Amino acid sequence: MNFDPRFSGRKFASVGTRPIRPDGVDKVTGRARYGADFNMAGQLVGRILRSPHAHAVIKSIDTSKAEKLAGVKAVITAKDLPDLTDGDAAMHDILDNCMARKKALYDGHAVAAVAAIDARIARQALKLIEVEYEVLPHVTDVDEAAHHHAPLINDQVFTEGLEEKPAKPSNITKRTQFGHGDVHKGFAEADFVVERSFKTEQTHQGYIEPHACVASVNADGTADLWVCTQGHFVYRQHCAQLLGLEASKLRVTSSEIGGGFGGKTHVWAEPVALALSRKAGRPVKLVMTRDEVFRASGPTSATSIDVRIGARKDGTITAAEATLRYSCGPYAGSWAEIGAMTAFACYKLENVKTVGYEVLVNRPKTAAYRAPSAPMAAFAVESAVDELAKELGMDAVDFRIKNAAQEGTRASYGPVYGPIGIGPTLEAVKHHPHMKAPLKENQGRGMACGFWFNFGGQTCTDLNIGMDGSVSLAVGTVDVGGSRASLSLVAAEELGIDYSHVKAIVADTSSLGYNDMTDGSRGTFSSSMATISAARNAIKILRERAAQTWDIPVEDVHWEKGHAIAKGEKYGNLSPLSLKEIAAASGKTGGPIAGHSELVADGAGVSFATHICDVEVDPETGSTRVIRYTVVQDAGKAVHPTYVEGQYQGGAAQGIGWALNEEYIYGKDGRLQNAGFLDYRIPVCSDLPMIDTQILEIPNPNHPYGVRGVGETSIVPPLAAIANAVSNAVGVRMTHIPMSPPRILAALDAEREG
Amino acid sequence: MRYIRPLSIEDAVGELAKAVGPAAILAGGSDLLVRMKGGFIEPELIVDIKRIDGLGDITETAEGFRIGAAVPCAVLGENKAVRKAWPGVVEAANLIGSKQVQGRCTITGNLCNASPAADSVPALVAAGAKAVVAGPSGKRTIAVETVPTGPGRTSLAKGEIIEAILLDKRPEHAGDAYLRFIPRTEMDIAVVSAGVNLTLDEHGAIKTARVALGAAAPTVLLVEEAGQVLVGSKLDEATLERLAKICSGACRPIDDKRGTIEFRRKVAGVLARRVAAIAYKRAGGK
Repeated sequence: MNFDPRFSGRKFASVGTRPIRPDGVDKVTGRARYGADFNMAGQLVGRILRSPHAHAVIKSIDTSKAEKLAGVKAVITAKDLPDLTDGDAAMHDILDNCMARKKALYDGHAVAAVAAIDARIARQALKLIEVEYEVLPHVTDVDEAAHHHAPLINDQVFTEGLEEKPAKPSNITKRTQFGHGDVHKGFAEADFVVERSFKTEQTHQGYIEPHACVASVNADGTADLWVCTQGHFVYRQHCAQLLGLEASKLRVTSSEIGGGFGGKTHVWAEPVALALSRKAGRPVKLVMTRDEVFRASGPTSATSIDVRIGARKDGTITAAEATLRYSCGPYAGSWAEIGAMTAFACYKLENVKTVGYEVLVNRPKTAAYRAPSAPMAAFAVESAVDELAKELGMDAVDFRIKNAAQEGTRASYGPVYGPIGIGPTLEAVKHHPHMKAPLKENQGRGMACGFWFNFGGQTCTDLNIGMDGSVSLAVGTVDVGGSRASLSLVAAEELGIDYSHVKAIVADTSSLGYNDMTDGSRGTFSSSMATISAARNAIKILRERAAQTWDIPVEDVHWEKGHAIAKGEKYGNLSPLSLKEIAAASGKTGGPIAGHSELVADGAGVSFATHICDVEVDPETGSTRVIRYTVVQDAGKAVHPTYVEGQYQGGAAQGIGWALNEEYIYGKDGRLQNAGFLDYRIPVCSDLPMIDTQILEIPNPNHPYGVRGVGETSIVPPLAAIANAVSNAVGVRMTHIPMSPPRILAALDAEREG
Repeated sequence: MRYIRPLSIEDAVGELAKAVGPAAILAGGSDLLVRMKGGFIEPELIVDIKRIDGLGDITETAEGFRIGAAVPCAVLGENKAVRKAWPGVVEAANLIGSKQVQGRCTITGNLCNASPAADSVPALVAAGAKAVVAGPSGKRTIAVETVPTGPGRTSLAKGEIIEAILLDKRPEHAGDAYLRFIPRTEMDIAVVSAGVNLTLDEHGAIKTARVALGAAAPTVLLVEEAGQVLVGSKLDEATLERLAKICSGACRPIDDKRGTIEFRRKVAGVLARRVAAIAYKRAGGK
C-alpha cells in the first residue's frame, strides 16, 4: 500500500469545524446502550465472591452448599479457569487477578463466582461459599513495601535490572534507569540545588460506568461477549487465550463507554463471566458494583519520589536527578519506568538521571490512568523546578522557557525531538491575561508543564460508499471522547463531501481486522490516518469508475471537492461526475465501492501542555477552592476543536480532584476504607471553575493533517500546577498529594509552630 | 420482606410492636434504601409512614411549629414561616445530600438515622427542638438530643415512631445558623459541624445561647459551657476565642477516612466562631 502519512499543509473544509457528534442525541436522551444495557433471553446474573483479606493463603473453598441452592446454575473457582497461559507471565498475572489461584493478594481479590437466576439468589449463594483462609502479614504502603524486611508478596520475585542478581527475593520487581551526561559533574557546576521528596496517594480513574458485560458461550464452543471496554480486540485476545478459544470464535462487541481513562484496557470480570456461561450453558450478565470497581479494578500507582535539580545563577539547569518508586499492586508492572521516562521530558538537559523502582503492594493491580505515571513525576519535578526558580530569583515561566526542550533536543528518555510544543505553550502562558490577573488575600497562582508520548499502533478501517452516495465508516478504535465525529470529519474532508453524509460506527471484532485499544491518545490520531488511507483507496476506485464511464485514462481523472474531473483541454466537454453519481452507477461499473486500510500508525507526535491555576486557601480550615484554571496545549491539528477542548477540560478536572481530595485510604487491616463516591471524593460540578482552554497547533510531521493525540497530556500538569498555587498561597511547600484540608492545615500549623 | 403503608399512627405502631424480625420505618428512604441496596440490612418488615394523616404537614401552632415526620427537607425549605423563624434549621436540612435527595429525605429520618455527622441534628439541638414520640404505651415529647445514643442507635423503644418535630415560636431578636466543613462544595458529609441558636436582649447582648457540634463525638454534642460563655456578651473577639477553645475542647472525635482528631478539634472551634457570628447577625446584633 502506497500510503504517504507525511504532513502536507492544506486548507481544510470539514476538519476544524464543530458539528454535533453522531452519538450525541442517544446519549442525552438515555437511549445509548452502555455495558449493562445489553440483555439476552435466559440470561443469568453473575456475582463474584471477593477476599476480605489483604493477603491470605486460600486453603480450601467449599462451594457445595451454594451449588445446592435452588436457582444457582453455576459456581466457579480458579479450577474452572485452568492455566492455559503457557509460560506467558503477564497473561498468568491477568488470570490470577481474575480469579485468585493460591493466595488472595488484596482486599477485593476474586476467589469464586456464581451464576443464578436472579441477583438475590446470587447474593445468597455467595454467602454459602465457604473459604478457609490463612491470613498472612500484608503491606499496602509503597515505601514500607520497598523496605527489605517488608512482608513478601511473591517470594519468586528477584529484582530485575540490578547489576547482579540479588540473593534474596523482594517486593521490588524491577529497577530501570534513564538519562545522559554526568549528574555529579552537573551538580558540581550548580550555584543552587533543590532537593525534595514527594508522595502521591493512589487514585482511581473514577469512570461513572462500572465494568459490565454479557457473556454467552454457545453449545458449539463459539462465544459472544458484549462489553464496556476501551479495546474489544484486546479483550477478545485475552479472553480467548484464558478460555482456550480460537480468537475468531469469540466475537466481542463494545458498548458505549461511560468513561475508561485507561481503566478499561484490562480484563477483570469478563473471563469470569465467560467461564460462568460455559459452565451454566446460558448467557451470564456480570455488572460490578461501585464497591467492586474501587476494590478490584485498576487504580493508578501510589508513589514516592525524590528529586534533585541544580542550576547556575544565570538560570541554566546543570543537572537533574530523580528516584521514583511506584506501586504496582501485587503483580509486576512498568509504572515507575514510565514515570522515570517522562519526569524531565520537558527540559533540555546536559546531565540527567532517573531511576525507577516497581514495587509490589497488597492493593489491586495498577492499571493505566490517563498518561499513566506522568502526573506524579511531573508533580515532583515541577514543584522542584518552581522552588529552584524562586531560589534563583527568576520568574517561574521564564526559568522554564530558558530550559525548555526544543526541536533537536535529546530527550531525557532517549530520542531526539522533532518539532514540539513545549516552548510555544510556555510563551502562550507568559502572554496569557490569566498570568496578569490580580490576586486577593489567601489566593495563590501556580503553573506547571506536562509531557506525554502518545501512541499510534495497529489500526484498520473500512469505508463503504452506499448506492446513494452516503458513506459508512467502520472503525475498530472504541470512541471514548468523540472520535466518531472526528473520523467522520476526516472522511468528509478526504472525499470532499459534507459531514452529514458520513456515519461512523465502531465495528465488532468479527467485522474488522485487529485494532489496538483506544489508549495512548491514539483513537483520533491512528484511526484518522487509517480513514484517510481508506478514503484515498476509495477515491482511486471512484476515479477508475469515472475513467471507465468516460473511456479515458485514469491518470487524467482527478478528484476535487467530491467530484471526478477530467483534466486536460481535450476533455473540455466532460462535466464533472459527483461521488453520488458514480455511486449510483456502481452496480453497472464494477460493483460496490469501498476503501480499506490496514496499517501501523507510526510517528505519534509527542505532546506538551502548560497549565495555570489560581486557588484560594482558607488558612483556618485548609480548604482549597480552584478559582481559575487555564490549559494551553498543542493539538498538532484539532480535528474537532470542541472535543479537543473537552479533553483538555476533562484532564484538568480529574487532575484537580487528584490534587485536592481523591485518595485510596487503607486501614491497618489492609482493607480499603472508602470504596464509594461519598468518601472517595471526585469533584462535583460546583467544585470546578470554568476551565479555559487554548489550543496550539504545531503540526505533527508524521500525520497527513498534522494531528497529535490530545487525550492524556491534560492530566499531567494539574497536580504540580495546583501544588505550586497552594504553596504560593500559603507560603509552605506542599509535598504530599492529595492536598486535603487536614494535610494543608497540618502543614500550616507545623509552619506556625516553627 | 413485607412492605406496608398504614393510614394511622396507631396501626403503624401496632405493626412495629408485633414485628418478629428486623423492622424499619420508611419515610424518605434516603438512608434506608441505600443501606438495603448495599446489602447492609435486610429488614423483614418495612412500614411506610408517608400516608399517615398529618405526617406530611407543617402546622403553625400557638407554641410554634409542628413538622410532620414525613415532610421532605425540600418542602421544609419552601415554608416561608419556618425559614424566617429558624433559618439555621432550614439551611442545615437543605444541605443533606443532593437536590434529589432533599426532595425525599426528612429531618426526623436524619435524627433517627443517628449519624453523628447528620446535618440537621446540630441545628435542631441548638434550636432546642422536641420530638413527639408515639408508641404502644401512648405519646411522649422528648428533647431531640436524647434521641441518638450512639452511631446508628437511638433511645426509641420497640414500636415507637417519632411523628413530628416541634420548634418553638421565636421571640424578637433571635437567630440561628448552621455550618459544616466538607472538602467539596456539596454532595458530601460533614467532617465536623456546628449549630448556634441565640436570643438577644434589647441592648443587643446575648440573652440565651445554645451551641451544638456534629461529627465531633459518637453523638451530636450540646456544649452547654459554650452557650454559657456567650450569654451577656456582644460577641467580642475575646468571647469568640473562648467559644472556639471550649468547642475544640468539648470534641471527642476520632481519626477516620474523613478527617483527623486534630483537624476536627481545630475546625470545630473555627466553625463555632463563624456560625455564632452569623446567628448573632441574624438576631439583629451588631
